[in-house]
Amino acid sequence: MTWRNKWLQLAILAIAIAVLPLFFPSGYYYRVGALIFVNALAVVGLVILIGYAGQISLGHAGFAGIGAYACALAPEHLGLHPALSPVLGAVVSGVLALLIGRPILRLKGYYLAVATLGFGILVSMVLTNERALTGGPDGMQVADLGLRAVLRDLGWRLSGGEFWYGASGIVLVLGAWIALNLFDSPTGRAMRALHGSEVAAATVGVDVARQKLRAFVISAVYASVAGSLLALQNGYITPDVAGFLHSVEMVTMAVLGGVGSVLGATLGAAILTLLPQVLTVFAEYEQLVLGAVMILVMIFLPQGLLPSIARRLRGRDE
Amino acid sequence: MRNTTASAMALLLALPVAAQAEIRLGASVSATGPAAFLGDPEAKTIEMMVEDINEAGGIDGEQIALTLYDDGGDPNKARTFATRLVEDDEVVAIIGGSTTGTTMSILDVAEDEGIPFISLAGAISIVDPVREYVFKTPHTDRMACEKIFSDMQAQGISRIGMISGTDGFGASMQAQCKDVAGDQGIEVLADETYGPQDADTTPQLTRIRNTDGVQAVLNAGFGQGPAIVTRNFAQLGFDIPLYQSHGVASNAFVELVGPEASQGVRLPGTALLIGDRLAEDDPQYQVVNDYTAAYRERYGQDPSTFAGYAHDAVALMVDAMRRADEIAPDAIRDALEATQGFVGTTGVYTFSPEDHLGLDPSDFRMLEITADGWKQID
Amino acid sequence: MDALLQFIFSGVTVGAVYALVALGFTIIYNASDVVNFAQGEFVMLGGMITVFAFEAGMPLPLAAVLAVLATAAIGVALNKLAIEPARGAPVVTLIIITIGASILIRGAAQLVFDKQLHRFPAFSGDDPIRILGATILPQSLWVIVGALVVFVGLWLFFTRTLTGKAVLATANNRVAAQLVGINTAWVMTLSFGLSAAIGALAGVLVTPITLVSYDVGVALALKGFAAAMLGGMGNPKGALAGGLLLGLLEALTAGYLSSQYKDAVAFIVILGVLFAMPQGLFGKSATERV
Repeated sequence: MTWRNKWLQLAILAIAIAVLPLFFPSGYYYRVGALIFVNALAVVGLVILIGYAGQISLGHAGFAGIGAYACALAPEHLGLHPALSPVLGAVVSGVLALLIGRPILRLKGYYLAVATLGFGILVSMVLTNERALTGGPDGMQVADLGLRAVLRDLGWRLSGGEFWYGASGIVLVLGAWIALNLFDSPTGRAMRALHGSEVAAATVGVDVARQKLRAFVISAVYASVAGSLLALQNGYITPDVAGFLHSVEMVTMAVLGGVGSVLGATLGAAILTLLPQVLTVFAEYEQLVLGAVMILVMIFLPQGLLPSIARRLRGRDE
Repeated sequence: MRNTTASAMALLLALPVAAQAEIRLGASVSATGPAAFLGDPEAKTIEMMVEDINEAGGIDGEQIALTLYDDGGDPNKARTFATRLVEDDEVVAIIGGSTTGTTMSILDVAEDEGIPFISLAGAISIVDPVREYVFKTPHTDRMACEKIFSDMQAQGISRIGMISGTDGFGASMQAQCKDVAGDQGIEVLADETYGPQDADTTPQLTRIRNTDGVQAVLNAGFGQGPAIVTRNFAQLGFDIPLYQSHGVASNAFVELVGPEASQGVRLPGTALLIGDRLAEDDPQYQVVNDYTAAYRERYGQDPSTFAGYAHDAVALMVDAMRRADEIAPDAIRDALEATQGFVGTTGVYTFSPEDHLGLDPSDFRMLEITADGWKQID
Repeated sequence: MDALLQFIFSGVTVGAVYALVALGFTIIYNASDVVNFAQGEFVMLGGMITVFAFEAGMPLPLAAVLAVLATAAIGVALNKLAIEPARGAPVVTLIIITIGASILIRGAAQLVFDKQLHRFPAFSGDDPIRILGATILPQSLWVIVGALVVFVGLWLFFTRTLTGKAVLATANNRVAAQLVGINTAWVMTLSFGLSAAIGALAGVLVTPITLVSYDVGVALALKGFAAAMLGGMGNPKGALAGGLLLGLLEALTAGYLSSQYKDAVAFIVILGVLFAMPQGLFGKSATERV
C-alpha cells in the first residue's frame, strides 16, 4: 500500500462520515450510523488479527463485553469518571489478551477457533451468572458520559443520536488511522509475513509467537473500546454483548467486507448493521436472507466485497 | 455517487413508513431469537387486535397504523427500533419489550422522548421506581413468588428447594423469590440452576432431593427448561410437590411434558388458562373467552399467558386513546394513568401516579394440572 | 452413592447426545477439512421433520426414516451449492459459509415449521429404569446405544471399507486421490449425505428427551464442536470420548460443585487439554505445508 492509498482511505472514511448526515431525513439515521461505526471499530481490530496476522477468533465479543461492563461497573464501584472507564476496559482487555494469548495462539485453525470460542463463552458466562455485580441476564444501567452536557454548556446543543454519531465516527477514523499506520510499519509487515506462512516467516527471522500475540492484544483493545462505546451510547447493557453470536457477527462483518482492508471492514459492518433495518418489512425472511448473503459473498467474492469490487474497477481502468 | 447511495439508503430505510394513517402505534417484540417463545404469540396478538379494531371502525373513526418490529431479543436492536419508532415512524405510543433487557432499552428512549410505553416484561424494576411514561401489563416475578409462597404456607410447607433457569426470566424470579421468601416464612434450602438449553437436570434435582428437610421444589423458568425439569422430576420419583412459575402457564406445557409427569404440578396462572372453566359471572369471563376464540380462529392454537400480556397492553392503550383529549403522546399517557378497573385477561388494572402496573397478587389464580386439565385451587 | 450413579447416568445421556453431534462433524471433516457449523441444524431438522410427519399421521418409525433421508438430501444440497463452489478457500471463509448455511436453514425451518417447542413419544415409554437407587429413562439407552452403533459403524467404515479409505485419502491429498482414481466429487457428496443423516438420526433419538424447536441447533453444534475438538477432530474415537467426557464433566460439576458454572468448567477443561495437547486427546499432529 502506498502513502497516498492510506490517506485516500482515511479521507473517504472521514468525508463519508461528515457528509452523510446531510441526507438524513430523521434522527433515527444518526443512531444507525453510530451503530455502524461502533461495529466497524471492532471489525477494524479483527482486520488486524485475521487480515494481517491470519489468526481467527470466535471469542472477541468477550473483549467487547469487558469494555462494555467496565463502563457500567467502574463509575459505580471504583468511582471512576465514565470517560475514563473505556480506558480501564481497554487495559483489562489488553492484559487479559496478553495472558491468554500466549497459550491460545499456539493452536491453529479450528483448534484456535474453539479455544477463543471457549474464552468468549467464559466471559459471557461470568457476566450472566454474577448477578450481584452485573445484574445478570437482565443487564444493568450505564452512567452517562457527561460530555454532551459539557458541550451544551459550551453552547453546542446536540441530540443523543447526533452526539454519538459524531463521537463514534471520530473514534472510528482514529482507529482506522492507527490500523493503516500499522499496516506499513515493520510490525505490520512481520504480521503479514506470518499470514503467508509461519514457517517461512520464522525462517526470515520473524518472531512468530510475538507478532501473533501483538495482533491479538491490539484487536482485543479495539473490541473493548467498541464495547465501551456501545454501552455508553445505549445507557444499558446486557451480557448479549459478549455472546457467541456477537463474536460470529463481528467475524462475519470482517470477512464480508474484505478481511485485509480497513474500508472493507467498515463496509461489512455497514451491510450487516443495515440488513435487519432494511429487512423489517420481511422480518420473517431476515435470517434466510442473512444466511444466503453470507454464503453467496463467500463463494463469489471470497476476498470480501471491497477488495473484489476494487479489483474489478482497477481491471477496467487499466 | 455518494449522493445517490445516500438517498437510496434513505429510501430503503424509509420503506415501512409508507402506510400513512391517522393513529400511529409502534411495537417492538422478540418474535425471533431466544425469547421467540414470548414474542411470537405477542406479535401475533398485536397484529390481530389492531386489524380487528380497524375493521370495527378504528378509534372514533380513525384507523390505527401499526408499525411492528422484531428485535430478536437483542436489547441493542430494541433500542434502535425504539429510536426508529419515535424519530422516523413518529408513533404516539409504543407497546413491546418482550424481555426485561429489551424493555430497559426501549424505556430509555420512551422516557427521553415522552412517548407512552407499555412493556410486556416481568421485572419489578420496570415500574419501580415509577417512570412517567412507562407502564406494564404482566405481573411482577415478585407477585408470582408471593402467590406461590402463600399456597405453600397453606399446605404447611416452609422449607423448599429452588431450581431456576439462567435466562433473564429465571434469574430474575430466582432473585425475587429468595428476597421475599423470608417474609412469608419460607426457607430456601437448596438453590440450583440450569442453562436454558440443557438436556438434563437430574444432577441438580438429585442435589435438591439429597438436601435434608426439603418439602417442595420451585422451578423458576420458561420455555424448554421447565418441561425438562418436570420430566426429570417425575423420572427421579420425587414424592413432594413441584411448583412451576407463570412462565409455563400454557396448554403447550402440559402437552410437552406429557399427562403423567405434569400431573399435580402447581403454578400461578391467569384467567386465560381456564377460560372454559370460569363462572359466567366472573368479571374476566367475557374478555378471556372472546380473545381466546379470536386467536384460535386465526392461528389455530391457544394463546399463551404472554400473548395475554400483549392483549391487555393493546386493549389498555386503545382504551386510553379513546378517553384521551387528543391523540398525542402526553394526552394518551394521562388517560392511561387514569385507567380504573379495566378488565384484561391477566387481571383487573387500576393505574395511578404511584402504580404503573395496577395489578396485585390476587389477580393470579393458583392452578393445578389434573388428569382433566387445569383446576383452580384457591 | 446413588447420587454419584445418578450424576453418571445424566452425564452419559447428555454425553451421548454430544457424541452423536460430534460424530457427525468427523465425516465431513475427514473428507474435506471443513468443520460444518450447520451440523446442529441437521440434528434440528431430524427432530422437526419427524415431529411434523408424525403429527400429520405418519407412523413414528416411518416419520423418522423420512426425516433422516430428507436431511441427508439437504446435506448433499449444502455441499453442492455452498461448499463445492468455494473449494480451497481458507478456514475463515469456510467457517462463515457453514455458519451462513446454519442461519439459512434455521430461517427456513422457522418459516416451514413454526417457533414452538415440540416432542414426540419416547420409543419405549417413559417408565424410568431403576438401578441401585438411580434412574435412567429407556430413551437415554436408545441414545447411548445409537451413539455406540454410529461410532462402531464409522470406525469400520474408515478402517475396513475401500470407500472409507477413499474419504480419508481425499482429505489427505485431493489431487493424489484423484490420480489414483478416486471420484472425489462423489466422496464429498457421500460424506455430506452421511453426516447429515447421522445428525438427523441424533435428532430423532434425542427429541423425546431434549425437545426440539427451530433454534436448538446452535447450542448443540457448539457443544458437539467442543466435544469433537476435545477428542481430536476427525477421529471417531475422539468424538465419542470427547462427547462422553464433556457430558460427564457437566453432570459431575452440576452435582458436586455448582450448577451455575458447569458449562464454564467444561470449557476450562477443554482449554486446558488444548494447551497441553494442541491436537486434542486423540488427534494426530500435523506439520505445516509451506
